[in-house]
Amino acid sequence: MANLLEFRNVTKTYTRGYFAEAGTTALADFSMTLKEDEPTIMTVAGESGSGKTTLAMLLLGFIDPTKGEILYKGKNINKLRGDDRLNYRREVQAVFQDPFAVFNPFYTVDHLLTVPIEKFKLAKSKADARNKMEEALSSVGLRPEDILGRFPHQLSGGQRQRINVARALLLKPRVLVADEPVSMVDASLRANILESLRGLHRDHGVSIIYITHDLTTAYHVANSIVVLYKGGVMEAGDIDNVIQKPQHPYTRLLIDSIPWPDVDRRWGSDGMMVKESETTDKGGKGCRFAARCPHVKDSCLHIPPPLYRVGQTQVASCVLYDNNPVLPATQLTDVLPV
Amino acid sequence: MTPILQIRDLQVSYYTDLGRATALNRVNLDLNPGEKLGLVGESGSGKSTMALAMMRMIKAPGRIESGSVTVGGVDLITLNDEEMRLARLSRIAYIPQGAMNSLNPVLRIGAQMVDAIKAHIPNMSQADMTEQCMQSLESVDLKRNVFQMYAHELSGGMKQRVCIAIGILLKPQVIIADEPTSALDVVTQRQVMETIDRVQKEMGAAVILIGHDMGLMAQFVDKVAVMYAGRLTEVSTVRDMFSKPMHPYAQALIKSLPNLSNKGVFQGIAGLAPSLLRIPNGCAFHPRCPQAMDVCKTTVPDVKEYEGNRLVACHLYTEGA
Ligand SMILES: Nc1ncnc2c1ncn2[C@@H]1O[C@H](COP(=O)(O)OP(=O)(O)OP(=O)(O)O)[C@@H](O)[C@H]1O
Ligand SMILES: Nc1ncnc2c1ncn2[C@@H]1O[C@H](COP(=O)(O)OP(=O)(O)OP(=O)(O)O)[C@@H](O)[C@H]1O
Ligand code: SF4
Ligand code: SF4
Ligand SMILES: [Mg+2]
Ligand SMILES: [Mg+2]
Repeated sequence: MANLLEFRNVTKTYTRGYFAEAGTTALADFSMTLKEDEPTIMTVAGESGSGKTTLAMLLLGFIDPTKGEILYKGKNINKLRGDDRLNYRREVQAVFQDPFAVFNPFYTVDHLLTVPIEKFKLAKSKADARNKMEEALSSVGLRPEDILGRFPHQLSGGQRQRINVARALLLKPRVLVADEPVSMVDASLRANILESLRGLHRDHGVSIIYITHDLTTAYHVANSIVVLYKGGVMEAGDIDNVIQKPQHPYTRLLIDSIPWPDVDRRWGSDGMMVKESETTDKGGKGCRFAARCPHVKDSCLHIPPPLYRVGQTQVASCVLYDNNPVLPATQLTDVLPV
Repeated sequence: MTPILQIRDLQVSYYTDLGRATALNRVNLDLNPGEKLGLVGESGSGKSTMALAMMRMIKAPGRIESGSVTVGGVDLITLNDEEMRLARLSRIAYIPQGAMNSLNPVLRIGAQMVDAIKAHIPNMSQADMTEQCMQSLESVDLKRNVFQMYAHELSGGMKQRVCIAIGILLKPQVIIADEPTSALDVVTQRQVMETIDRVQKEMGAAVILIGHDMGLMAQFVDKVAVMYAGRLTEVSTVRDMFSKPMHPYAQALIKSLPNLSNKGVFQGIAGLAPSLLRIPNGCAFHPRCPQAMDVCKTTVPDVKEYEGNRLVACHLYTEGA
C-alpha cells in the first residue's frame, strides 16, 4: 500500500548555537512511515529539548533536514512545486505548541479562519464559510458570537490554543501535527478537545501526530508512541505496552514522574533522577541517556544502542536488551500499530 | 499567622465593543507566608486576569474597578506608578503565561536578567549582578552558560526556566506562576516544581500556581482555589478538594481527570462556559449544573465558610440548613 508520509533517515543538526562546539543534533537518523489507507494516532513524547518540535517543523517543511529526506506521497517535500505543493500545504496541518507565538496581533480571529477557507476553497458560499467556522469553534468549546471579531490579545491562553485546534478541524487535513495542543486548557475541555481530534481521525481518516509530554492523555488517544531523548528514539511501540510495561530506563523515569491527581500517590520516588545541569553533554558517542542512567556500564558508551525488540510491538534502544534481536532503525514503523 | 497576601473585593472588567465583560467578580483571598495555592478553573475564567490585576498590569480596555491587594501590609492598588514598578519583582513577582515568548530575541539572556536587577538596585556591582543571575539560573537547573545565550538557542522548557529565574531574582514575598510548566515534560516539570518549592521555602514566599494540570496541583500545592466565570467557587485544602470537592463545578472538574485505568473514557463537562458579557443570573454555573435548583437561577450564592476552613459558593449547602 502507498505511503502517505515518510521520514527517511532524517537528521537535523542546528549549528547556529554559538557555544555548542559541534552544534545540537535535535533529531538523529529518524525514520517513520504513515500509510495512505491506515490512518493512525501516533504520540511523540519526550522531555523538553528532545526534538519534538523540530520533528514537527521538519514535517511541515519549515526547516530542512541536515541529512535524509521527507517524502509526501512519494515526493520529497522540499522539491514540491505547483499543485503538489498546494496539496501538501493543505493536507499537512499543524497545531503549534505555542499559541502566543503564531498569531499576528493585527489580525482578528476571523482572519485566521477565513484565509484558509478562501485559499483552499473549503466553502461554497459566504454563509457556508460562516457555518463551517462556527461549527469548528463550537466543537472546541468556544462561542462564535463572542470570539469572532476579537484580536489575539483579547483572548485567554486556552482560547488561543483552541482557535488553533479549530483551524485544524476546519481544514480536515490528511496529516495533523498537534504540538501540545491542549496544554493550556482545563481537564474537562482537554477531554472534549481530544475527543474532537479523535473524531477527526475516526470519521475523516486523519492521521495525527500527537506531540506531548503528557503521557496520560497520550495513553487515552494514541495507538502508538515514540519516546525521544536528545533527538534519539529511546523506546517505541504499542502505547499500551510502553506505558504499562516501559522497558527503557528513560521511559521508566518518565512514567515514574507523572504527577498523579491523587494526594496519596506521591510524585516519583525513584531515586534515579539526575539534575540536568550536572550532566555533561559532550555529544557523547554512546547512549544519549548514559549521563543520567542508573544502569550505565562501559558497553553503553561507544555507540548509540540499536533498537532491540523487547516485545511483538515494542523496541528499546538500550544494551540491557542486547540479547534480543535488533530492529533496523528504518523499520521502526513495523512496531507501531495503527 | 498574619496573611502575607490579602485580596479583598477585587473586580476587573474589560470594556469591549460588545459591552462590559466582568472578568473578575468580587474575589477575596488570603494567603499565609510559605503557603502554596493552586488556582484552577475553566479556560477563560479569569485566572490570568486575577494575576495581572494583582500586579496592576491590566491594560486597556481592561480596568480594575475596585478592591485591594495587600502584600506584607501594603495595598498595591494605592501605590503610585513608580512605587508599583519597584514593588514588582521585589514584593510580588509574576511569571506570565507563555512567558518564554516575551524574552527578547536580540538580547542575551544574561543582559535581560541584569536589566531586571538594575531597575531595582542600580548601584549593585556588575560582578555581583552577574553572580546573582548565575545563581538564579542554577537554582532552576540551567547551566551557567545560559547567561551568554540567546532565547532561540534554548528549547521551550529551558526558556520557561529562564523566566522563572528572572521571577525569583529579587526574592519576592509572593510569586505568581501562570502555567509555568505547561510546555514541559514530566521530568522537567518535577524538577522545576521542586525548584520553585525549594526557593519558596528558603524565601518564605507564598506561591500562587495557576494551571490546568490537576496532577501537578495534587503534588505541589497546599490549597486549591477553583474559579468559574470570574468568581471563586471553592477554596479548600488539596486533600479535601481531591477527595470530597463540594462545589458541583469542582466535582465535575475532578471527575474529568484521566488516569491509566479508565482508558478511552473522556468525561468533559457538557455545555459551553458562559460569555462574560452575559453571565447567567443567579449562580453562573446553573445552566450546566446537574444539581441546579430554582433558587440557583435567581440568586447569586454567597461564599460561605464550612468545616475545615473551606470556602464554597453554592446553594446546595445553605438551602435547608
Ligand atoms: N533554531 C535553533 N537553533 C539552535 N538550536 C536549536 C534551534 N531550535 C531548537 N534547537 C535545539 O534543538 C533541540 C531540540 O529542540 P526542540 O524545540 O525540537 O525540542 P522539543 O522537544 O520541542 O522541546 P520542548 O518540549 O521544550 O518544546 C534543543 O536542544 C534546542 O535547544
Ligand atoms: N484585552 C481583553 N479584552 C477583552 N476581553 C479580554 C481581554 N483579555 C482577556 N479577556 C477575556 O477575559 C476572560 C478572562 O481571561 P483570562 O486570560 O483571565 O482567562 P484565564 O482563566 O487565564 O484562561 P486560560 O486558562 O485560558 O489562560 C476571557 O474570557 C478573555 O476572553
Ligand atoms: S544503554 Fe546503558 S546507559 Fe543507555 S539506557 Fe541502557 S543501560 Fe542506560
Ligand atoms: S448554586 Fe446551584 S447551580 Fe450553582 S453550583 Fe450550586 S447547585 Fe449548582
Ligand atoms: Mg517543543
Ligand atoms: Mg490564563
